[in-house]
Amino acid sequence: MSKHHIQLNVNGLPVEAEVESRLLLVHFIREVLNLTGTHIGCDTTSCGACTVHLNGKAVKSCTMFAVQADGGELRTVEGLAQNGKLSPIQEGFREEHGLQCGFCTPGMMMSALALLQENPDPTEEEIRWAISGNLCRCTGYVNIVKAVQYAARTMKSSVPEQQPEAVSA
Amino acid sequence: MSEIQGLGHSRKRVEDMRFLQGRGNYIDDIKLPGMLYLDIVRSPYAHARIKGIHTEKALAIPGVLAVITGETLKQFNVHNMPTLMSDVQMVLPIEAVKYQFQEVAGVLATDRYTAADGVAAVVVDYEPLPVVMDPRKALEPGAVRVRDDKESNHIWHWEWGDRQATDQAFAQQDVVVSQDIYIPRIHVSSIETCGCVAKWDPLEGHLTLWMTTQAPHAIRTVVALVTAHLGLSEEKIRVISPDIGGGFGGKVPVYPGYVIATAASIVTGKPVKWIEDRTENLAADSFARDYHITAELAGKKDGTLNALRFKTIADHGYTDAAANPSKFPAGLFHICTGSYDFKNAFVEVDGVYTNKPPGGIAYRCSFRVTEAVLAIERIADIMAHELGIDPADFRLKNFIRPEQFPYQSALGWEYDSGNYAAALRKAMDMIGYESLRREQAEKRARGELMGIGISSFTEIVGAGPSKTFDILGIKMFDSCEIRVHPTGKAIARFGTKSQGQGHETTYAQIIAEELGIPADHIKVEEGDTDTAPYGLGTYASRSTPTAGAAAAVASRKIREKGKKIAAHLLEASEDDLVWERDRFYVRGSPDQFKTIQDIAFAAYTNHPPGMEAGLEAVDYYDPPNLTYPFGSYICVVDIDRGTGEVKVRRFVAVDDCGVRINPMIVEGQIHGGLTMGFAPALMEEISYDENGNIHGANFQDYLLPTAVETPRWETGETVTPSPHHPIGAKGVGESATVGAPAAIVNAVVDALWHLGVRHIDIPITPPKVWHILKEKGAALEE
Amino acid sequence: MIPPSFEYVVPESLSKAVSLLAQNPEAKILAGGQSLIPMMRFRLAEPALLIDLNRLPGLEYIQEEDGWLKIGALTREATIDRSQLVKEKYPLLADTTRVVADPLVRNMATLGGNLAHADPANDHPAAMLAYGAQIVATGPTGERAIPAAEFFVGPFESALAHDEILTEIRIPAPEPRSGGAYFKLERKVGDFATAAVAVQITLDRAGACTRAGIGLTNVGWTPIKASQAEAEAVGRQLDDGAIRRISQLAADAAEPESDHRGSADYKRGLVKTLTARALRKAVERANGGSR
Repeated sequence: MSKHHIQLNVNGLPVEAEVESRLLLVHFIREVLNLTGTHIGCDTTSCGACTVHLNGKAVKSCTMFAVQADGGELRTVEGLAQNGKLSPIQEGFREEHGLQCGFCTPGMMMSALALLQENPDPTEEEIRWAISGNLCRCTGYVNIVKAVQYAARTMKSSVPEQQPEAVSA
Repeated sequence: MSEIQGLGHSRKRVEDMRFLQGRGNYIDDIKLPGMLYLDIVRSPYAHARIKGIHTEKALAIPGVLAVITGETLKQFNVHNMPTLMSDVQMVLPIEAVKYQFQEVAGVLATDRYTAADGVAAVVVDYEPLPVVMDPRKALEPGAVRVRDDKESNHIWHWEWGDRQATDQAFAQQDVVVSQDIYIPRIHVSSIETCGCVAKWDPLEGHLTLWMTTQAPHAIRTVVALVTAHLGLSEEKIRVISPDIGGGFGGKVPVYPGYVIATAASIVTGKPVKWIEDRTENLAADSFARDYHITAELAGKKDGTLNALRFKTIADHGYTDAAANPSKFPAGLFHICTGSYDFKNAFVEVDGVYTNKPPGGIAYRCSFRVTEAVLAIERIADIMAHELGIDPADFRLKNFIRPEQFPYQSALGWEYDSGNYAAALRKAMDMIGYESLRREQAEKRARGELMGIGISSFTEIVGAGPSKTFDILGIKMFDSCEIRVHPTGKAIARFGTKSQGQGHETTYAQIIAEELGIPADHIKVEEGDTDTAPYGLGTYASRSTPTAGAAAAVASRKIREKGKKIAAHLLEASEDDLVWERDRFYVRGSPDQFKTIQDIAFAAYTNHPPGMEAGLEAVDYYDPPNLTYPFGSYICVVDIDRGTGEVKVRRFVAVDDCGVRINPMIVEGQIHGGLTMGFAPALMEEISYDENGNIHGANFQDYLLPTAVETPRWETGETVTPSPHHPIGAKGVGESATVGAPAAIVNAVVDALWHLGVRHIDIPITPPKVWHILKEKGAALEE
Repeated sequence: MIPPSFEYVVPESLSKAVSLLAQNPEAKILAGGQSLIPMMRFRLAEPALLIDLNRLPGLEYIQEEDGWLKIGALTREATIDRSQLVKEKYPLLADTTRVVADPLVRNMATLGGNLAHADPANDHPAAMLAYGAQIVATGPTGERAIPAAEFFVGPFESALAHDEILTEIRIPAPEPRSGGAYFKLERKVGDFATAAVAVQITLDRAGACTRAGIGLTNVGWTPIKASQAEAEAVGRQLDDGAIRRISQLAADAAEPESDHRGSADYKRGLVKTLTARALRKAVERANGGSR
């Protein structure tokens, strides 16, 4: 059983670990890094609860091995808030009641954030399309759309994002 | 100074701060020192004798500590457990398995990857046996017998109403319509699956169970009863329901995994975690529906309804483990007279065993109300269409009228309040009903298929009055305990357990309204049986009707004591004091007042002689009746004649849940509930082939809608308070799941009625529609 | 849920990757992993060695050259989805890419992987058949270009030898007045097609069709090239009558199985309907119409 040494940057902090090749990235995040905000909701890459940003792209961390993240930049939900302040996407979800049980929410926000980083002014259709890899059972998506629209408005009118402050794992 | 944010405020949620930052505390987030992992070996067969379980290869894997079988558990007599309906459920089998994916053995290992390897290495010899998958076949003589300990596959017969009078009415009325309606199995699929961490402390003889449970106290008592012979004792059992990622009824039952994990912890003295994966969740956890209904209505040619007669075969899987209140094996199905004034009604349900997993009450159904409403709204619509009466007019004609409340239904329910016509008219207004009918006529002339469907439902929630409701004998009250601190802030604990409904936010609003303490200063806790007062948990939309009521009553008890303190402080007589918002003042002299904060402080520093210090109260609320939320939903569909796809163009939902504590949260519940009504109507289904193989055991096969398929919901409300509830609220969590499917089915059938289509069973998939169009010569030739 | 153990290697060059494949019959290539890793999690695939191509430079590109659109095999679906060049000149490819799985999967999934996996339910194969694309394989003895029509041999079986890696996809640059479209009926976003049709046509000045490619998704053991339907289109004006005949021939070419997505009859009916719709869209685009 081969073990591999990996190093990566997680929410602004450097991390090193020895991992089995078969260790899924989502388990690395949850159990080695102890960042339990990223969730597991299925076993067929369908639900998106495990969505994180790797090297600037939103990906399903249950369908990657931790070894693939070697040398990369990983951003999880824990890295969204800065200096104790909620990021616009988090604020949007709060203001618009975009979450109920909260389980799909981290993944949903990571997908939505990826959309807004590429398309700061999405239509409702574009928002629904962008989050179509994330399943929610509680909200019926209506308020999630509103949350993303809120975040879009906030981000357009605010100062460019500072470098994220290092957040301990 | 904080705003009070009592009833009617769309207060932002307290829960959000931790969820948004990924700091929720769900079961799989729990990590304890020395924790072991349990994974489960499951049967590939729906019915088979177990010839042998070979564990050597598994045990040879470093890190695999034990393989637990039925024989292991039998030593402690926990290989079987009682169900809530007094049947027996296997934890692990000794002789035979009865459904595909049934638990066969547990593998205990040091980490979850090793546990998975262990499961793959266990070898089980099975002798496959014949299966019976159709409950109607299961009732035939000579059918495969599911249970070795039972004489037949017929579990029970239940009936309600006046059979004779109803049969007579059917014989006498001008018009009788009849329709078979099958509601297939579905699965609630909350994004978080089920699991637990069991921690047995051998030194203290104490068991802590973190569990995805909607009813922690009930679990504690059940565990105490089931393990009494092993020396466990209820005060040494602590059940903690932390953050739950969606429940919807699926986290009420006791699953074998919980019991195996507990047994494993007791045997090893180490904490044991069990988390099912999605396949296990879909294939083996509590399902919902699976009702074969024959619905009949009788009435006059002018559309006046008179009598209702429903007969149902209920497929319960291999054991009756439905989480019903004990006197109601078919739940509250007899709400099926719905929103209409029936003079006569009779229903009967027969429960049947098949080779499927057990359950029945786990998909936002209010104890079979989803089934009842789909049936009545479908058959009512069929009758309207057959008589050529507009479905809205048909309903308006037959609705129970506002002056008839409280209304005694022909099946024995006393509906507390309602104004059905107002809700329907509002929905019709919002959607532009008349112009839609005109558009439909134009489109129909051009061969385009457009349908409008209505569902006017009456829900029944808030189980329930102690006279008739109990779970395993425990009455279905619920509770609230409030303690006000010297600085005028408060903590409140409840016997319910939110899984996303926002109780930390809304319960505080109830108390804020009653006591004037700002909601932001009221901490709400649920879910820890060591601290929370006893309650029956959250499901079937019962929290607001029971625990919400308890919150109001407990608050009023505090206000009672507060009045005495205020009188003491103001040197006035209690009779001269008036309460307003957050203070008592002397009648006629509003500048002579004491706020709740003043009173709280005095409760600890300056209370009247002879009075106990402190300012707290607990209430165990026994609801005098259930509550009856209601609504009218209207759905517009367009059907693609080339592909059979049904597109929901618009969906308007007008709901009435009485007084709305937090409109934002109510609306959120409706959005989610509508989606859980829409998806079963068009895409969700768990099915089995004739060998018992399940289809729908993963999210590739079991289709949950994404944001792309889900319509944009339009909501409205009417407010008809409940006369018996302390704050007039009714509960709303499941209304939309209950009401929505019928609106969609009615819309599709409405679009196709002129082609000779009367009914389509859900899910109404594109191939189903296409075949109908082909059959009727209405498919499009492009 | 949990994959079995395996060895993992990141080769420093393509030729190293090829020789690793040659030396290890139990090895598999890891590209996007969005098909392979789910199979490994269910233990339906248990490769002893994973060869990770993701760090090899020079395998992600989209560029026109010598009359071809050349796409590196490791180009992510999301990258193709964002390409203006593809949107404008290769709308069939744009349509197809858009409906592969979901947006998150598309961030990792590669065009090469989608083709090499040879799942008859995958979307790109039918588009490659319609385009008359070439699929470039690199093996121990060098490169060879395999016509799409010869690439999909059986279910999950491509023409690649075990020691060949799919490195490039070449789509012929379209003549003027060309258009294409992909129409997929899926039960929800992320599902495989119940049926899907890829159409690529070229019209002459008079509006007659000079070239037609029609590929069918998930209605057979492999993606299907509807040759008779293609032949029916060539030389004709694509009016309603022609479209009806061509669609019928496409439906006749389908060999669907009945399953939970629908009966064989339904799927054939879908092929007919979707071919007609795709043809109309392709003609619209060929005439410079809407995207």
